[in-house]
Amino acid sequence: MLEQALNGLQFGLMLFLLASGLTLVFGIMDMINLAHGALYMVGAFLAAWLVQLTQSFLLGVLLSVGLTAVVGMLLEATLLRTLYARDHLSQVLATFALILIINESVRMIWGSDLALSAPQALSGPVQLLPGLLYPSYRLVIIAVGLAIALLLFVLVTKTRMGAWVRAGASNREMAMAMGINIKVLFTGVFGIGAALCAVAGAMLGPLFAVQVGMGENILILAFVVIVIGGIGSVWGAFVGAILVGFVDTMGRTLLPHLFREIFSPQFASAAGPAVASILVYLLMAVVLFVRPQGLFSGRS
Amino acid sequence: MSFPLVKSLVTLAATATLTIQPALAADKVKIGFVSTLSGPSAALGVDIRDAFMLAVKLNGGKLGGLPADVSISDDQFKPDVGKQLFERYVKRDKVDFLTGVVFSNIMLAGLPEAVDNKTIYLSPNAAPSPIAGAQCTPYFFAVSWPNDAYHEAAGQYATNLKVKSAYLLAPNYQAGKDSLAGFKRFFKGNVSGEVYTKLGQLDYSAELAEIRAAKPEVVYTFLPGGMGINFIKQFMAAGLNKDIRLIQPGFGSDQDVIRAVGNDMLGIFDTAHWGLDLPNEANKKFVAEFEKEYKRLPTIYAAQGYDTALLIDAAVRAANGKIEDKEALIKTLKTVKFNSVRGDFRFNTNQYPIQNYYLREIQKDSQGRLVNRIVGQPVLANHGDAYVKDCPMK
Repeated sequence: MLEQALNGLQFGLMLFLLASGLTLVFGIMDMINLAHGALYMVGAFLAAWLVQLTQSFLLGVLLSVGLTAVVGMLLEATLLRTLYARDHLSQVLATFALILIINESVRMIWGSDLALSAPQALSGPVQLLPGLLYPSYRLVIIAVGLAIALLLFVLVTKTRMGAWVRAGASNREMAMAMGINIKVLFTGVFGIGAALCAVAGAMLGPLFAVQVGMGENILILAFVVIVIGGIGSVWGAFVGAILVGFVDTMGRTLLPHLFREIFSPQFASAAGPAVASILVYLLMAVVLFVRPQGLFSGRS
Repeated sequence: MSFPLVKSLVTLAATATLTIQPALAADKVKIGFVSTLSGPSAALGVDIRDAFMLAVKLNGGKLGGLPADVSISDDQFKPDVGKQLFERYVKRDKVDFLTGVVFSNIMLAGLPEAVDNKTIYLSPNAAPSPIAGAQCTPYFFAVSWPNDAYHEAAGQYATNLKVKSAYLLAPNYQAGKDSLAGFKRFFKGNVSGEVYTKLGQLDYSAELAEIRAAKPEVVYTFLPGGMGINFIKQFMAAGLNKDIRLIQPGFGSDQDVIRAVGNDMLGIFDTAHWGLDLPNEANKKFVAEFEKEYKRLPTIYAAQGYDTALLIDAAVRAANGKIEDKEALIKTLKTVKFNSVRGDFRFNTNQYPIQNYYLREIQKDSQGRLVNRIVGQPVLANHGDAYVKDCPMK
């Protein structure tokens, strides 16, 4: 049970890294960025490539985070900036096109997949409690996720830039009227979002697979997280991500058991996995029904 | 009369016969090859393709004496893409044979296109139970092995070992269900857990925690391609290999998985219809030529792709190149003999193979590489499938 909780926490924290960038961009710039998942993929590919090149996991990941931030800021400054004034449909169309372009570009540069393994020192388990072994790499992911979440909270709640961000999320016109340089702020926020994507991509690469199209699957979950948490709220993204991480992990293991208790074995073995895979969407539907604005809305 | 004139008269006569006779010999064999060539499970499709093309190359670019025109496409691990490719090859390119698909769900999506248009599909891997039983069709040949067979052999092996409890894991799709049904059919012990995960799932943390809690003697998984590689790596990283034995179907611990996982694979047992060290001449040639051409050892998938090309070669030759007559060609395919790398086998009435299944263990070879070695006598000898009784074909 404790092990499952750790698994849920680990997955939730990585989702948070993705969702926090997405929610800020959505909340502050009122921009639906479907290409957010593509940045996650770019981060993972850069990490896999640089880890191979530098022969150091840490160095490769750090470089990939920096480079992905640059890629994100370039995208914002050259292309996405022109979309802020448009309606959501145009943004969805344009960023969807961007997904296809980035996917194929990555395929041209690196091929359709790259190998990325956890460092040798972290490939084994560690003993947490008597009888409870846990993979050390997953513990590192939890530590990194918590550290970044903490950093982000300090950044958003204690610094001037954080105040601008919160002001922008809650009322964009008013923030502009108060003399905040929105252009620079937006580029900065986008860069941070891209960097967080890269951290998630690089850390999850060894657990999943670094491949073209990896961003789309997880992007859907990231959107679920921000809808649950409330658009524009970093705290909401955190709570939403942990919730989704837990529900997904627990659902996959507990639900089939529960079904076996209640229904016939045949029905349970067919319905259990099916319901488990839609559980997070059920959660989203319930949240939308009870609180349409999400658990913690960032907007006033 | 000078010779050139005779020659041209003969040519003229030949042309005339050509237009009269419907069952003429074709001038080439057109083959549509659809497989998974990108993504985490690409290694499987790549091995089938490489071995198939190796057989064509060793034959001087011909199959059955006719030039082989092989067109290769990637199904991207998506059933809808696979179905479109089948349709294109059948309707637009009018190929003589379709082959290549790794995954049952993709093959099942495309197969109706082939059957409805009377195009023969030779399966180098996917051989799902419905096509073996009530839905069997003369246009489908399983050159590989019935989806359940490896798992039946593994179940029998676990029974031979007197294993008391086994935990089973497979993706939630046709082949996943076939596989665990196969294991349970021959396993006499207690099944302490039977879990179906999403197809394509790559993170198994939740399932591994369940396994740790269930404390089974043996874990048996059916997780082809990237899924299996991730599972075994995470199984080792969680330290479960210390107390629990992992038994695999042959492809689950084949060369592609060994390459990805490394030394932790040593000593794992699996079951398969083929092995690198099967002592027949065709296999020795295949393994040597494959390694020479691609600088890696072949997998089961490669053996199946190679055999598929050999079957086409033998059937086209036996039909004297008259591949337009589908009914005659199907009859030929059913009975034609060729030197399969697995040794002797024959097609059952449902056109699924009857053959031996062996136990293999991962050991170090003389060069220090990890390889699968066949251990002892076949676990199941001359074994068919459980569904043939539902197939109306004779």
